[in-house]
Amino acid sequence: MRFHPDSDQTAIQDAVFGAVQDALPRDKLMAYLDADADLEPDSWRALMELGLAGMMLSEEAGGSGLGLFEAALCAEALGRSAAPGPMMGQMLAAYALSQTANTAAREAFLQNVACGSVVAGLAFGGNGLAESWDVLHEAGRATGQVRFVASASSAGLFLVGLKGGGLALVEAGEGVAVAPVRSTDRTRKCASVTFRDAPVQILFEGGDLAVQRVIDAALVLIAADALGGAQHCVDLSVAYAQERQQFGQPIAKFQALKHQLANMAMNVEPARALLWYAAYAWDRDLPDASRAAAMAKAHICDRFAEVARDAIAAHGGIGYTWEYGLNIWFRRSVFDKAYLGSPSVHRSRAAGMASW
Amino acid sequence: MDLSYGPEAEAFRKHVRAFLKTAWTPKDVDRAGMKAFIASFRLQATEAGYLYRSIPKAYGGSEQPADVIRAQVIREEFARARAPMEVAGNGMNMLVPTLLERGSALQKDLFIRPTMAGDYIWGQGYSEPGTGSDLASVRTRGDLVGDKWIINGQKIWTSQGGQATHMFALVRTEPDAGKHDGISYLLIDLNQPGITRRPIRQMTGESGFYEFFFDNAETPAEWIVGNRGEGWNVSRTTLKHERASIGSAAVLGNQFEKLVEVAKEAQRNGRPAIEDPLIRDMLARIECWVMAHRYSSYRIMSHAIADEAPGPVSLMMKLVLTEIGHDIARAAQEIIGEDALLEPESAGSKGRGPEKWLDQIMGSLGNSIAGGTTNIQRNIIAERGLGLPRDFPAEHSK
Repeated sequence: MRFHPDSDQTAIQDAVFGAVQDALPRDKLMAYLDADADLEPDSWRALMELGLAGMMLSEEAGGSGLGLFEAALCAEALGRSAAPGPMMGQMLAAYALSQTANTAAREAFLQNVACGSVVAGLAFGGNGLAESWDVLHEAGRATGQVRFVASASSAGLFLVGLKGGGLALVEAGEGVAVAPVRSTDRTRKCASVTFRDAPVQILFEGGDLAVQRVIDAALVLIAADALGGAQHCVDLSVAYAQERQQFGQPIAKFQALKHQLANMAMNVEPARALLWYAAYAWDRDLPDASRAAAMAKAHICDRFAEVARDAIAAHGGIGYTWEYGLNIWFRRSVFDKAYLGSPSVHRSRAAGMASW
Repeated sequence: MDLSYGPEAEAFRKHVRAFLKTAWTPKDVDRAGMKAFIASFRLQATEAGYLYRSIPKAYGGSEQPADVIRAQVIREEFARARAPMEVAGNGMNMLVPTLLERGSALQKDLFIRPTMAGDYIWGQGYSEPGTGSDLASVRTRGDLVGDKWIINGQKIWTSQGGQATHMFALVRTEPDAGKHDGISYLLIDLNQPGITRRPIRQMTGESGFYEFFFDNAETPAEWIVGNRGEGWNVSRTTLKHERASIGSAAVLGNQFEKLVEVAKEAQRNGRPAIEDPLIRDMLARIECWVMAHRYSSYRIMSHAIADEAPGPVSLMMKLVLTEIGHDIARAAQEIIGEDALLEPESAGSKGRGPEKWLDQIMGSLGNSIAGGTTNIQRNIIAERGLGLPRDFPAEHSK
């Protein structure tokens, strides 16, 4: 029995965190927030060099042969460091390509997606559930709009959710218009993407079990990002409380603040194992994998949203400034909570899948 | 990551099952013989190495090497067969581990076997009317006169106080020493003229706790565990044990299942409450916490198997459990509606309907007090888990 990461798994996570820290010093991250570009090339390259995009592919397919558990540990590190970029879309596009029966699509795109030479954007739309997808597909062409696609201007490919629950690939270019939107989370700037008779490669038809696998993996990866972000909010607040002096002593001595920080930690640490279980259940394809993914997404994104608010309250005025940077994680918590379905959407699903 | 226990454990499970099949046969025993049957079953189970595993053979235990997985398999199989495990209560959970670590040979001989047999029932004598979270401020006095301690004062919040035959108590024996250094850990026979016990009626209307008045009560000089003035440190062994035993994921899981049951039975707008989207959201919200707590206990077990420290999550288990208990209480109150206006018959009596949830609605508050109040838990998390400064400078004895 083993239910915590081993030293290899922790090392992968540390490497990802370190790569982002090295490639993206703070002033560079701050500059990226205000820039128009929706991809930060240096940190993206560093992560691609680590082989993140293909980590869930088998070694024969050019990947690392790891599972969603390891991918989630990496996503947690990305959340903690507020890494820019559409990593989730990249990982999931690679995974979907590795699983599709459409060999032409696999041969044409898999390698480029797995090594990161082509950026892949996640274009599900709706509230993240296959029933809500509404891009129409007819005679090999797709038509419709997806409101929020991260890094869409930089993407060469889109993993698109189709009406009827199928998943397809659409290449940027013919029939695809990208219109950037003012994005709350500037580490994951979004655009609305409009498809008009865009040529598609169908990866999975509606009802294919692989579609739900992709969605579940997405939910777990968002939850992992949220856990990392929430952990950072706690760490930053604890460190600040020990530095900040008021009334001639560090504010960390005040019991009201200590309890506030303890409550924040209580939102994060006990949730970690819920994420681990969801990733583990997905890797083993256990019967409760979908339900565990829904619970992890609902619960942990709620926890992040709460802890991000608490962190700003615990900091006081400095936390409310742009310059201090806590708002980066706050905005990220807004993204994680809303993207692919609000917590109550997934709680309702979890209730529907429950034995009760 | 692997939640299975492995082939060695499954082979062991077969042995446990086979043992239970032959040894635990309560259907063949009549009511009058049950007590004796259970006692002899426990002896057999100890002989087989399944019970009292941390107790040396010299004191009647099975003296098995610590093995987290085997212990878990035994718990699962005994629960499955509804077979009794070790005698429960403060004696086994708190006193015996303390005696094994700090007790004298005489104390181990005198107390461990009868405690294991359930003949000695122990009350905890820590809290006093003026002494709650600030436990080291105890004032009950012990004076050594000849070969006896003479004890005067008052103890409170003793669970099982009605049946208790003995008490382990923190008593001030060195009034001139410091706050923590003046305390000794004494064992006391409760059946003597100098001791009066009185039940405390609690907010549920029941009396689960007792208070004890000591008026020149006596205990032998050699019934002190550790040296004079070491009682504070001696008592730390037992509190650790208590915290570990309160945080139980299985209990929480059962409670959540019962909440689901009552939501199925209760009606809302002419339909079962469980069909109401608001109730479903409430249940799913609680279940997320329940599952997170369960998987955290797997995580702690996994660290124990690997012989690694689990980190701050273990400091949070009690508080998470308490908070989920509050959430379950709120949800139950919402679900049972007007049935909450009926005070339930006492536990175990017949004809208890949804109003029986009042036991949990009120009882969950007890959990936020017993074994370290919620605010003390937050201090522990902040200070030991997050490394924030202590509220009060450490003044523990060396």
